[in-house]
Amino acid sequence: MLSLPSRVGQWRRCFLYVLLAAAASAACRAQERPYFVTYSHEMEEPGNLEIEMFSAIGKPPGGNRFLGSTTEFEYGAKAWWTTEFYLDGQTTWHDSTIFTGYRWENRFRPLLREHRINPVIYMEFENTSADKSLREVVGHDGRPDFYDTNAVARADKERELELKLILGSNFRGWNLSENFIAEKNFTDEPWEFGYAWAASRPLKLAASAHKCAFCREKFMAGVEMYGGLGDALGFGLRNTSHYLGPAINWSAPNGMTFSFSPQFGLNDYSIPRLYRFGIQYEIEQIVNRFRRGD
Amino acid sequence: MKRARVWLLTMTVLMLAALAFGVPDGSWMRHVPAKDHERKNPYEGQADAVAAGKFVFFDHCAQCHGENAEGTKKRPSLRSARVQQEATEGDLHWLLVNGNMGRGMPSWSKLGDPQIWQVITYVKTLSK
Repeated sequence: MLSLPSRVGQWRRCFLYVLLAAAASAACRAQERPYFVTYSHEMEEPGNLEIEMFSAIGKPPGGNRFLGSTTEFEYGAKAWWTTEFYLDGQTTWHDSTIFTGYRWENRFRPLLREHRINPVIYMEFENTSADKSLREVVGHDGRPDFYDTNAVARADKERELELKLILGSNFRGWNLSENFIAEKNFTDEPWEFGYAWAASRPLKLAASAHKCAFCREKFMAGVEMYGGLGDALGFGLRNTSHYLGPAINWSAPNGMTFSFSPQFGLNDYSIPRLYRFGIQYEIEQIVNRFRRGD
Repeated sequence: MKRARVWLLTMTVLMLAALAFGVPDGSWMRHVPAKDHERKNPYEGQADAVAAGKFVFFDHCAQCHGENAEGTKKRPSLRSARVQQEATEGDLHWLLVNGNMGRGMPSWSKLGDPQIWQVITYVKTLSK
């Protein structure tokens, strides 16, 4: 049996190989939104696979610093259907590094044309425990969840169904996205609710006529806010956490997108500060690459 | 006999589905509203827009339509008479904003109007 550090090392090596294999294939320049929690109505292009790594670093007052990460594989099954598989893990200082579970989500666009407001239906199954990636905040999620040791927190298995109504609009280069979240643990816990919204815009709308890495159109900036809305037994803002922060990303010439967002807890129930960063890499037409043989 | 009928029905449904969703037949042009059909490209004829549109094309379009826009197995050529002569620039703008999602063409509204017009400016030069 492998020790924990060797297993972590193996995962890192494995991820590196995937990235190298991806780098050897053709990449396309993803025009991604700089959001970490909020979903926009923009789907993955059909046939493309996007590999993403998102992390959040934070420290609850009096508790240990943590780094929660997700590695995501997002595939455009159809122009109106995106499917995504996540692997989650976290490291807590003075404690341990653990694999916290997996998620599988599907997003569907019921209206096949662009409207002023575009709805997307989101369904996710998650099987996690001791998760600290904060990819969504619902119910009474908040600071108290971060004080348990990993050994204690792992005992609390969360097998959940998560539903989201995603609304998105693109107008004059701006994107405005709103998410309404309902989550149900398969045990007898009540439905939990949450929200997220975000807005962003590229720093320049028109493309440059010359090749450039740091042109303004390669950067997208915005703002993101999300939080819990209690549960079916106590809907509202009491004992809920909320976060707000600016977000920016840069689409690098090699097909990678780097995102960063400092986010601030808006009340005592929230982690005071979160630093989020992400790397995304899109591989174009992945299935065809195996089929073609050229 | 019953099995053969089920088989025939299945094949018919599959073929109709393929016809409905798999073949780029240009039927989208019938759905373009008149005001979109008439829209003028603000970048028309600008050399800078052609150069910029070429970058946008390679970043977002070439993966499906081919590096020379000649089309691939399942995706149509952008050098065809339909794109080059029949469709106005307004029609192409409408298509890029709305997509043709039932047939695999995503919406590119996320690019914003300037980049959409730039890529149309580039695509329209391919017939020359």
